[in-house]
Amino acid sequence: MNEATPPKEERTAALSGLGTSRKRVEDARFTQGKGNYVDDLKMPGMLFGDFVRSPYAHARVKSIDTEKAMALPGVHAVLTAADLEPLGLHWMPTLAGDKQMVLADGKVLFQAQEVAFVVADDRYAAADGVAAVKVEYEELPVLVDPFKAESDGAPVLREDIADQTEGAHGPRRHPNHIFTWESGDREATEAVLAEADVVAEEMIYYHRTHPCPLEPCGCVASMDKVNGKLTVWGTFQAPHAVRTVASLISGIAEHNIRIISPDIGGGFGNKVGVYPGYVCSIVASIVTGVPVKWIEDRSDNLMATAFARDYWMKGRISATKDGKITGLHCHTTADHGAFDACADPTKFPAGFMNICTGSYDIPTAYLAVDGIYTNKAPGGVAYRCSFRVTEAAYFIERMIEILAIKLGMDAAELRVKNFIKKDQFPYQSALGWEYDSGDYHTGWDKALKAVGYEDLRKEQAARVEAFKRGETRMLLGIGLSHFTEIVGAGPVKNCDILGLGMFDSCEIRIHPTGSAIARLGTISQGQGHATTFAQILASEIGLPAEDITLEEGDTDTAPYGLGTYGSRSTPVAGAATAMAGRKIRAKAQMIAAYLLEVHDNDLEWDVDRFVVKGSPERFKTMKEIAFASYNQAIPGVEPGLEAVSYYDPPNMTYPFGSYICVMEINVDTGTTEIRQVYALDDCGTRINPMIIEGQVHGGLTEALAIAMGQEIAYDEQGNVTTGTLMDFFVPTAVETPNYQTDYTVTPSPHHPIGAKGVGESPNVGGVPAFSNAVHDAFRAFGLTQSNMPHDHWRIWKTAQSLGLHD
Amino acid sequence: MEKMHVKMNVNGKEVDLLTEPRTLLIHALREELGITGPHVGCSSSHCGACTVDMNGMSVKSCTVFAAQANGAEITTIEGLGSPDALHVLQEMFKEHHGLQCGYCTPGMITRAYRLLQENPNPTEEEVRFGIAGNLCRCTGYQNIVKAILEAAAKMNEIKESA
Repeated sequence: MNEATPPKEERTAALSGLGTSRKRVEDARFTQGKGNYVDDLKMPGMLFGDFVRSPYAHARVKSIDTEKAMALPGVHAVLTAADLEPLGLHWMPTLAGDKQMVLADGKVLFQAQEVAFVVADDRYAAADGVAAVKVEYEELPVLVDPFKAESDGAPVLREDIADQTEGAHGPRRHPNHIFTWESGDREATEAVLAEADVVAEEMIYYHRTHPCPLEPCGCVASMDKVNGKLTVWGTFQAPHAVRTVASLISGIAEHNIRIISPDIGGGFGNKVGVYPGYVCSIVASIVTGVPVKWIEDRSDNLMATAFARDYWMKGRISATKDGKITGLHCHTTADHGAFDACADPTKFPAGFMNICTGSYDIPTAYLAVDGIYTNKAPGGVAYRCSFRVTEAAYFIERMIEILAIKLGMDAAELRVKNFIKKDQFPYQSALGWEYDSGDYHTGWDKALKAVGYEDLRKEQAARVEAFKRGETRMLLGIGLSHFTEIVGAGPVKNCDILGLGMFDSCEIRIHPTGSAIARLGTISQGQGHATTFAQILASEIGLPAEDITLEEGDTDTAPYGLGTYGSRSTPVAGAATAMAGRKIRAKAQMIAAYLLEVHDNDLEWDVDRFVVKGSPERFKTMKEIAFASYNQAIPGVEPGLEAVSYYDPPNMTYPFGSYICVMEINVDTGTTEIRQVYALDDCGTRINPMIIEGQVHGGLTEALAIAMGQEIAYDEQGNVTTGTLMDFFVPTAVETPNYQTDYTVTPSPHHPIGAKGVGESPNVGGVPAFSNAVHDAFRAFGLTQSNMPHDHWRIWKTAQSLGLHD
Repeated sequence: MEKMHVKMNVNGKEVDLLTEPRTLLIHALREELGITGPHVGCSSSHCGACTVDMNGMSVKSCTVFAAQANGAEITTIEGLGSPDALHVLQEMFKEHHGLQCGYCTPGMITRAYRLLQENPNPTEEEVRFGIAGNLCRCTGYQNIVKAILEAAAKMNEIKESA
């Protein structure tokens, strides 16, 4: 038997476990057009729903005339708030403790708000019906500037709660004020700032943008009145949470609701929330007795579903003369739109914005965030980032650059001087987090060497001289960024959404012949969970990844979990997978001991088998144990080989990285050319390097979009001026550069396999890298701060304002 | 609305549809013929998720009426390869991790197919320009470009050895 046992390395390789660039199992169906997205669903008798939307940002709804629409061929129903009110469904709870109109209840509060829901034979008939509904509006004054929300004469937006002085997150000081959230020591911070050698002060605006997944949001709701079961297929990043919310607001018992997330065409945070389309489809299915599909179009998606960012961050940072940072103060004005529909853990109405001390050892800090209502779409989701972490990273990485200018120091040197040191981990931040592990200096040095930082600075200095001599119109920017993320929400003790603790889960069944199925509480939207989670399991239980099916997204079969967003799948569900695998292995050890007639403790695990210590020829492979679990009567051991783990993480994880962008800027046209992007990530243990690299490429491209042109902009009347892909910038292959990726590995000490999550790092680190490159190019000419997105026009204006066109 | 007949050859099969004159080609394919590979991402010709091959040209089927395709030869992702005989592009997209959520993939591969018919030896720049009408939100294009360049090389090898 011993002779037949292949060497350890060979058996390990056969598993395609941790650290393998395993090709994706999802790709067979996606490359052959056999994905199963929600709009691919077709059911007998299915109807199609579409919305009448408000053309105004703020108006009273005087009347809604549905008569003509109802008379059209193929139109079955037109729902308005009046129809939903008897069911108590004309408003719905948001994830942030506020409530939101499902259909306009007396007034509209943002352009494209849902006013009526037309249900018809197909999408064409529904569009006819939408066009035939007549709505009479009376326009009201519009509030788009959050800084004017509390001024005299500001229109009161939320009349429903105008008198409430207490909101879900504490006192409200004005009808348009949602909450004030504080973190850190205000007095101590003010004292440090007052006595500091140097204080840099700046307003950093992170503009409103949108996750814009390529597949818009949608669902098919099917109420089976015979069996009393409601099934909803939809673009849900958190199917179990949707089930619970649907049960609570509809009164349908939770076991009679089945939520299914089929293949999802990208989410990036946009598909976390609950939208009026879901509620209306469910009601319409109940009313009509047949399945009802709702699929939004691109403009609906950009104008009405959850936006991201829109944080005005007023910062003050202090330091000693030689550049040791002593304090940080941040006041943020957060524009939440018409309803507070942020997707944040309950106790964190500004998400994890208090990670804004970043990668630096800042002894004293204070943060306050004021949430404000405006006549804009609701949302505030984490667009490819953990809750508000990209805002925090952008803030601190800009403040560092601005402080470097004030100190007359090199920005890389200033970072090195203030990084949290390797031996300071676990590190307690001034704003209350415990960073699990890190080694910032090593990655940073590697990054600077990789791009030839010193030579770049020399080249830049020479370029500035050449520019001044009139020999070139091109400037060179070196964009530095060192980010620290906080992901993997999160510990149930302080993280919940609507009272649901943010643990996650994995359930494993081993089949008699030694293959397996694992089900998780998360849901992939392109991250490749079916590939990578099978790899985690392969390494834990010694069965090849290719023999493990992974299933997510069906609440009738998957264990309860809080879903996929905020880079939480690997830190939380990935941990649950490893832990469930360890339970399988523990039982397998008992079975092997029985079969080999030894004590449990006499066995040791060896890749894919239990071996009797000191007798390598005596072993049982996991495959053999699996079969035995189904056909041996073992005293004291139940038949079968299954396990489930619900994992409540003890802490968040803190991925980090060093990103550098080298950019050429044409002063006369404002156009930019990206010469180099180097991205070094440390996401702890690496599960699948190919997929990590793919995530970094994608996240960097979304960061490029946000920094260089992508925004949801409003005019003074509250009209969205970027509501199509003509105006809303999504980079093509032409604008997108090639990326150079690199890594270090600092495992998380509390995660079972040491993994930290990576999907969102490139967005969090990328935005400051691109933006800092633009700012850095103009540093020699006196620029300290300009607002994103840095499109050609804004860059041209910056050059103009600095007198570079004179 | 009065319906009309539209005859097309879709992936090698003759079809005869009775549909409204305003029906878009993407909806005729997806909803009437059950060909759900091509997707709708924007309905405005920007994203290319709906790209199909029509009479030897890439078209965005969300802005073509089915009636305009009367008499046309249409190839979708479903017609490029089969599970037993994948197209080289399908293989290379998997090999080089040229997809993530998969939503743009059918349109992207169908576009890349036509690009390589028109230009069997493209440079990286030509590939990037050639797929600029197809948006991907997940991959950052780097691996898509790599997959298309590799597919071009492999297709040329196959041609030479034949």
